[in-house]
Amino acid sequence: MIPAQFDYLAPTTVEEALAALAQHGDEAKILAGGQSLLPVLRMRLNAPEMVIDLGKITSLRGVRDDGDAIVVGAMTQHSVVGSDPLVAEHAALVSKAVEHLADAQIRHRGTFGGALAHADPAGDLGAPTLALGAQFVVQGPSGTRTVPADEFFVDLFETAIGEDEILVAVRLPKHTGWGAHYEKFVRVAHQWPIVAVAAAVRVEGGTIAEARIGLTNMGSTPMRAHAVEQALVGQPATADGVREAASRAAEGTNPPSDLNGDADYRRHLATVLTRRAVLTAAGATG
Amino acid sequence: MTATEARPESEAPEREIGKDRRRKEDQRLITGRTRWTDNIQLPGMLHLAMVRSPFAHARITAIDTSEAKQSPNVVDVVTGQDLAETQGVLINAWPITPDQKTPTHLPVAIDRVAFAGEVVAVVVARSAAEARDAAELVDVDYEELPAALDLKDAAADTVLAHPDLGSNKSAYWVFDSAEAGTGSNVEDAITQARDGGIVLEREYRQQRLIPAFMEPRSTVVDPTGEQLTVWSATQIPHILRFALAATTGIPESKLRVIAPDVGGGFGGKLQTTPEEWITVALARRTGKPVKYTETRSESLMAAHHGRDQWQKLTLSADREGNVTGLKVELLADLGAYVSLVGGGVPVLGAFMFNAIYKFPAYHFAVQTVLTNKTWTDAYRGAGRPEATFAIERIMDELAAEVGVDPLEIREHNWIKHEEFPFTTVAGLEYDSGNYEAATARAKELFGYDELRAEQRRRRESGDPVQLGLGVSTFTEMCGLAPSRVLGQLDYGAGGWEHASVRMLATGKVEVVTGVSAHGQGHETAFSQIVADRLGVPFEDVEVLHGDTQVSAKGLDTYGSRSLVVGGEALVKATDKVVEKAKAVAAHLLEASADDLDFSGGRFSVRGTDQGLAIQEIAGAVFAAHNLPDGMEPSLDSDATYDPVNFNYPHGTHLCAMEVDTETGELTMRKYVCVDDIGNVINPLIVSGQVHGGLVQGIAQALWEEAVYDDSGTLVSGSFVDYLLPTAADTISFEVDHTTTPSLTNTLGTKGVGEAGTIASTPAVVNAVVDAVRHLGITDIRMPCTPERVWRAIQDAGSGQEPTTGAAAPHFDASTGMEGTVDRTAGDAQ
Ligand SMILES: Cc1cc2nc3c(=O)[nH]c(=O)nc-3n(C[C@H](O)[C@H](O)[C@H](O)COP(=O)(O)OP(=O)(O)OC[C@H]3O[C@@H](n4cnc5c(N)ncnc54)[C@H](O)[C@@H]3O)c2cc1C
Repeated sequence: MIPAQFDYLAPTTVEEALAALAQHGDEAKILAGGQSLLPVLRMRLNAPEMVIDLGKITSLRGVRDDGDAIVVGAMTQHSVVGSDPLVAEHAALVSKAVEHLADAQIRHRGTFGGALAHADPAGDLGAPTLALGAQFVVQGPSGTRTVPADEFFVDLFETAIGEDEILVAVRLPKHTGWGAHYEKFVRVAHQWPIVAVAAAVRVEGGTIAEARIGLTNMGSTPMRAHAVEQALVGQPATADGVREAASRAAEGTNPPSDLNGDADYRRHLATVLTRRAVLTAAGATG
Repeated sequence: MTATEARPESEAPEREIGKDRRRKEDQRLITGRTRWTDNIQLPGMLHLAMVRSPFAHARITAIDTSEAKQSPNVVDVVTGQDLAETQGVLINAWPITPDQKTPTHLPVAIDRVAFAGEVVAVVVARSAAEARDAAELVDVDYEELPAALDLKDAAADTVLAHPDLGSNKSAYWVFDSAEAGTGSNVEDAITQARDGGIVLEREYRQQRLIPAFMEPRSTVVDPTGEQLTVWSATQIPHILRFALAATTGIPESKLRVIAPDVGGGFGGKLQTTPEEWITVALARRTGKPVKYTETRSESLMAAHHGRDQWQKLTLSADREGNVTGLKVELLADLGAYVSLVGGGVPVLGAFMFNAIYKFPAYHFAVQTVLTNKTWTDAYRGAGRPEATFAIERIMDELAAEVGVDPLEIREHNWIKHEEFPFTTVAGLEYDSGNYEAATARAKELFGYDELRAEQRRRRESGDPVQLGLGVSTFTEMCGLAPSRVLGQLDYGAGGWEHASVRMLATGKVEVVTGVSAHGQGHETAFSQIVADRLGVPFEDVEVLHGDTQVSAKGLDTYGSRSLVVGGEALVKATDKVVEKAKAVAAHLLEASADDLDFSGGRFSVRGTDQGLAIQEIAGAVFAAHNLPDGMEPSLDSDATYDPVNFNYPHGTHLCAMEVDTETGELTMRKYVCVDDIGNVINPLIVSGQVHGGLVQGIAQALWEEAVYDDSGTLVSGSFVDYLLPTAADTISFEVDHTTTPSLTNTLGTKGVGEAGTIASTPAVVNAVVDAVRHLGITDIRMPCTPERVWRAIQDAGSGQEPTTGAAAPHFDASTGMEGTVDRTAGDAQ
């Protein structure tokens, strides 16, 4: 497991990183936590000539409050996001998803931006960010632009980040007071989910007032379960109230078939896990 | 030298055997500050990288190494043709029948490859990275051939794995109790049972597993001295030396093989490997030290696999559930070659299907089959887990058929404690055991009756989470093995073991053993044994092993043999030291040897306060100033011990599993095991062996499977898809013991290295099936994935659907790079 030879740069500013990216074009790869990139290099599935490490750009790290949103720097490690009180208070769905992402070692090195830029449909961060309507802040030679979550994930391992751009931050709109739960189905503990459901709900007097549901690994990108979200509104936060709505979770999905399960099994799982995620998010059991 | 005063009682060394000693080897093993093979750096050392076939079966039409040879710091690039006879050949040490079909197994293939991962060319370079870079540049042309992949199809010879052999059927081996005179005729029993009795016919699948030891295989060869020195991450340095000598023409006396610290094996390093032969060949060719260390991907793909059988069982019984006969028909997948013990693995299981039971009639037949997959061989338990799984599964089916508790059906049929020693229908003599005691203790610890009550409640209330209880009452034959029996089975070597004990001048003790630890803790356990028998401090005993120039004789470590065979050799050698020392003590104390007592490391003259410590005698023998006339100035002794029988640990394992009927998710609720492994030398080590063994067996039941796609590519080729459990996936096990000492070794010990693995798999699957049996389910194929469980519930059928032959990519196409990787097209590593 030895990667092919490559050159290495560790710029200290985003501008330097962008300049290097512009110079080396598609011969360059961005290195964040390396938890996905290094296996790719070591298995020689890819052999970039230049690796640009963002690790020294301190401005890309950290979590801050920005009024109506919590802003997470792209290079903030999973472990930091997972224990951040602002995220826990205003975007609890993300905290819950990070809790079961990979294992402690990987959470310590892997980054929020790296995971989202990698865009593995089985990655745990796509569904919660999509469900919360996150905004992806991307910087390129001509400045900064913001991509809404539903345009960010393009396909398997493909995002709206341009070849000459870097993801610098993710804005998580505040969902203060919402109940949240990430229901992840795995065979062994530190595994990518076979299917996972991210659910955030606002409950008013025992009735679901608003719901946001994201699905992991039910297609080539993370997906919103819009049909479920709509059907939940006005339902009592009880097993019976949620069951009917949750049964629509697989509508419009296109899950893969692989060693962990065929597509029809995943569709079935999505409905059960959605019900459970919503009920737990709503503070009910069942 | 004067006789010293008697020591007060309190100073006598504390008994070591039975003590929870922490392992003395662990600090260096865990920190890695030790001599792992890959840590070895020699002056001028060269490095190898293998070019491996991406195809399961193909003709090699051309190999162009020219570009690779131009790559920086490449010393040589060789093909099988280049090495020709100098590479030697890999042997099968256990041809199970005289007419076994055994394809020639060359380290580097010359004109045809028979599995994906087979080596076709080797790069030698000044660094491992440069070797790897150049390996990418070797251009191999293949003409793909149809591959024999499915075991049943291969057994029908639909496609030939080795066309020149004319058939995939390698050997057909039979044991029949009527013919052997150890029991009656099974066909009669079955015929009789068809009329009013019970006949159960079941087919079970032992999936293919990968040993997945922690340290990848690594070999360093230094040709620069008088002897060729080979360091290898192997379980079997002595066998490796013998096999290298036998097949390469290097005289055995010119070969030194060292297994330094070795990071696990589980049978996976009970092998003589192409990579070892290649490293030897290239060290000789270049005249330089050479190293090869495999990658994890290579290890999963090309180190031998385990299990992989279809097991057809026919069990006959009367209406009360007394078994009258058992017929076993196996298909065993050898993979592409018949490896060192490959074909013998199912034969080791042949004696264990009757397990702890008094079956009157037994017939066993195995057909070993060649396919175009990675070759198979021993994996923890080797043959016995397969047998135990099948019999313990079908005993549960019999209980269900008769309508009694699974423990009751076992009690009907098992050997009672007063019936030992017992000669089984397979012809083995079990020396000791007490199945009633182990079972009673396990039931009590488990809370069996309460759990059964909870199971009833959940069924009645229609709880979406159902509870199942699984039983496995296992025994195994270990302590390989009486040489005479191995001879009868046509195994190519014996089963004895060797030990020597050296008393140093300073009173320290060096112990040399022929077994070869690779994580078991022999250094600690053997030190405890010697400390007790010689009465010296534990810290003063040094255990040496794994280097054929230090440990000149030995047959290495596998089959739970190290303690029960190697330990016995050690006891015998130690006792000889004491005998020799006694003569010296008598001389120095001017007493008759008959008047001497030896205890706590001291010879004392009975009825007096005169005595000498064994260390003092060692010093006196070193000086040799005053020894009995004609006595050699040495206390050092050795012993070679050939076991008189196998060794038969047993135990009762109980497992409770929760099944989420909505998703098929399985959760282990409770696991209790009560093993009878005779007298225990070190409870802590035993506990470690049992815990690790249990997890490996549970992993077969729930998680692990080597899956190939339709073209013969290993899909579960990384730990993303080959699901090895970690501590996070298991619960806290309750481990206890009952003790009936073995009667065939001095210490009364029984093997424990494989027990957990052998016993746990059926306990788990029985529990899973038990949880959903009321839904009409009688089997779920291993590994019992949530999807299989869910489908079984959906179909209330057999759950025999195939697993989709693909793996989800998590790394393949990293952002910005397109397409998934076609593993069959590139250079698979
Ligand atoms: C054994 C294992 C188990 C795992 N299990 C899980 C799991 O259960 N759930 C889960 O969600 N993930 C899992 N992961 C992946 C983990 O979350 C990674 O941390 C993550 O996918 C990549 O983050 P990284 O910071 O390591 O990025 P890197 O590996 O450094 O980069 C990943 C990709 O993103 C690009 N990239 C990185 N940062 C940027 C940026 N700022 N702008 C543009 N492009 C960028 C890189 O060029 C590269 O292509 C697992 C990984 C491993 C090794």
